[in-house]
Amino acid sequence: MKPSRTWAVAKKEFFHIYRDPRSLALVILMPAILMLLFGYAVTLDVKKVSMAVLDRDKGQESLDFIHRFSASPYFRLRYFAQDEKEMKRLIDKGDVKMGLVIPWDFSKTIKAEKVVPVQVLLDGTDSNTANIILGYVQAITRQYSQEKTFLKISRMGITNVSLPIDGRPRVWFNEELESKNYFVPGLVAVIISIIGVLLTGQVIVREWEKGTMELLISTPVRKGELMIGKLFPYFFLGLLDLLLAVFMGKLVFQVPLRGSIALLIGLSGIYIVVALALGLTISTIARTQLQANQLAMVIGFLPTFLLSGFTFVISNMPVWLQAITYVIAPRYYVSILKEIFLKGVGFSFLWRETLILMGIAIVGLWVATRSFKKELR
Amino acid sequence: MFKKVRFLFVKELIQTLRDRRMRMTLIIPPIFQLIVFGYAANMDVRHIRTAIRDLDQSVSSRDLIGRFSGSKYFDVVAFPQNPEEVKDLINRGDVILSIEIPTDFSRRLKKGDTATVQIVFDGTESNTVFIALGYANQILSDYSTEILVKRLNRAGMTDVEQVGVDLRQRTWYNPNFESRLFYVPGVIASIAFLIPIILTAQAIVREREIGTLEQIMVTPIKSWELMLGKTLPFALVGLFDVIMIALIGIFWFEVPLRGNPLVLLLGAVLFLMSSVAIGLFISTICSTQQQAQISTFFFVMPAFTLSGFAFPIENMPEWIQFLTYANPLRYFLVIIRGVFLKANGLNILWPQMLALGILGTLMTLLSSLRFQKRLK
Repeated sequence: MKPSRTWAVAKKEFFHIYRDPRSLALVILMPAILMLLFGYAVTLDVKKVSMAVLDRDKGQESLDFIHRFSASPYFRLRYFAQDEKEMKRLIDKGDVKMGLVIPWDFSKTIKAEKVVPVQVLLDGTDSNTANIILGYVQAITRQYSQEKTFLKISRMGITNVSLPIDGRPRVWFNEELESKNYFVPGLVAVIISIIGVLLTGQVIVREWEKGTMELLISTPVRKGELMIGKLFPYFFLGLLDLLLAVFMGKLVFQVPLRGSIALLIGLSGIYIVVALALGLTISTIARTQLQANQLAMVIGFLPTFLLSGFTFVISNMPVWLQAITYVIAPRYYVSILKEIFLKGVGFSFLWRETLILMGIAIVGLWVATRSFKKELR
Repeated sequence: MFKKVRFLFVKELIQTLRDRRMRMTLIIPPIFQLIVFGYAANMDVRHIRTAIRDLDQSVSSRDLIGRFSGSKYFDVVAFPQNPEEVKDLINRGDVILSIEIPTDFSRRLKKGDTATVQIVFDGTESNTVFIALGYANQILSDYSTEILVKRLNRAGMTDVEQVGVDLRQRTWYNPNFESRLFYVPGVIASIAFLIPIILTAQAIVREREIGTLEQIMVTPIKSWELMLGKTLPFALVGLFDVIMIALIGIFWFEVPLRGNPLVLLLGAVLFLMSSVAIGLFISTICSTQQQAQISTFFFVMPAFTLSGFAFPIENMPEWIQFLTYANPLRYFLVIIRGVFLKANGLNILWPQMLALGILGTLMTLLSSLRFQKRLK
């Protein structure tokens, strides 16, 4: 293998990217856009839920109860409905996501120190949001009932009652439970897969489609040199994007990077090789650039996006689908990213994932080399 | 006059459907999406892996542990012996939360004091943890109330009852909180968005790349005829895909179609106008198929993320919410979910229909102006 020939191929690839403003935009702009979308625009934190109240009581106690909701940062009281029909319409139209129906005897029952039923109406269309809203409603009513019960007990003359159990939750790694801390680390894997699979998927098929492959074949460049020369620039771009994403995540979105950055870069290097091997294989299988792109989307990008644990939690998936995720390399990389970013763990916790990634990298390179032939089709 | 459009229409349909790979593109990605969102995108939190460190080892502490292991939300999978083990379990991701019951737990309960129970959560999966936190609080508070009542009974107050509110929850449209019902209609909308954009952009750019667009230009066809012939077939293919995915959604994934299918059809037609127009627009800014692919990606990624497809718009920052009003997918998602789950009719969905009509017309006008300019 001659370095000069490898370098010549690499230089040519560099020029290809450099001269095509759109590919360049894909390398620089797309990571920034994705970061902006997932670090800033999109969040799973549910706040300011618009709600309506149908208050049939309009007494002092019911107002006090409603106030617990309107004063909470999680709810925004938008409407006082006049009747059930209006309530139904508000939810149907999607104007409110939650409605409370307070019965006419609310104040009376509370004053009589009994339990009063209150109806919560939820728009279940978005099941996840509905579930979270229900949690808020339960928390507020629990607090309310507890207070009222204690009032009653102390009125009965027992003043030294204390709550039997005091639960003290503590959240590690993501104290405020911010979803950007959940999204941004995994996003690095998505960004690398764009470079590794979408761009690299073009390198060989482009030569075939433009007819320049025949020229390349007639040159003395060897198969190994051609492969390494073609991949080198993309490896470099992958690293560049990695750094870009890490710095944006840390400086702009203030996602904590608690682990070692050297470890992060080292393990990312392995994953970039995996992605490049997949891209190269796609490029040798595909007949046209268009086809390469489609393959890259379906077997490279979408699984990274959807099945790696980046957006959707793997342990919530059905078992057969969980089994499939074990052969998806991004799964291991996303978990490495999250652990290094948020938990700050060292290599001793990550060696399993690392070994699997290395195994996949070796198999991937082997498959790519096998499917790549330096001869006329 | 319409004969020429028809010829072109038939030619495009043949060209698209003849290609085996193109046929695959029409079928495989939609089904992949359907499977992922029908099965994988489950945010319904169950079986939360839990560790319990019981320092007390008493009847009461075991009673509390039983509350957790007996609930459908928590799976108690580990009993760590020391704090290091707790840390390891959480660091490795083997458990999401660890509960610590202190040595004086039962003693304090017997004395009538407050016993503390510490729960450590791994906040990495913020959403899961948020929900788990609610469940854990619920269990602790129920247990707490029970003990309180027992204490008061022992103190001689037998008629102590709780005061307060008893929640009667009723969830409409999706009583079991199945995320499938939320996502499958969304996938249909996303297909109706994606397929016409890709096909339209590619079809025009392909002709430009191969050079056959010039050949068509020298025939007596008018530019609007060319445009119609180049867009209508893909709107039709998009509509076909929508119907196919909708049928799979209804019969395989058992998503109920509660509303009027005709309202849905009207929404789909109005929406396809925007999709096709975006495809046409992309074709005017690209010279190669490769460029068209990349540009489509740039258009589609943000449009998806900011549509309400997976992430609720109400949670976004205000100015981004404002941006989403220009996103046709946003309106169609409201329509499709409204018709499928809420049985909404035109009396409720007219604002969305109107918005789609206006956006579609504007986008079509803009794209066709650009298209004609580009032809000259």
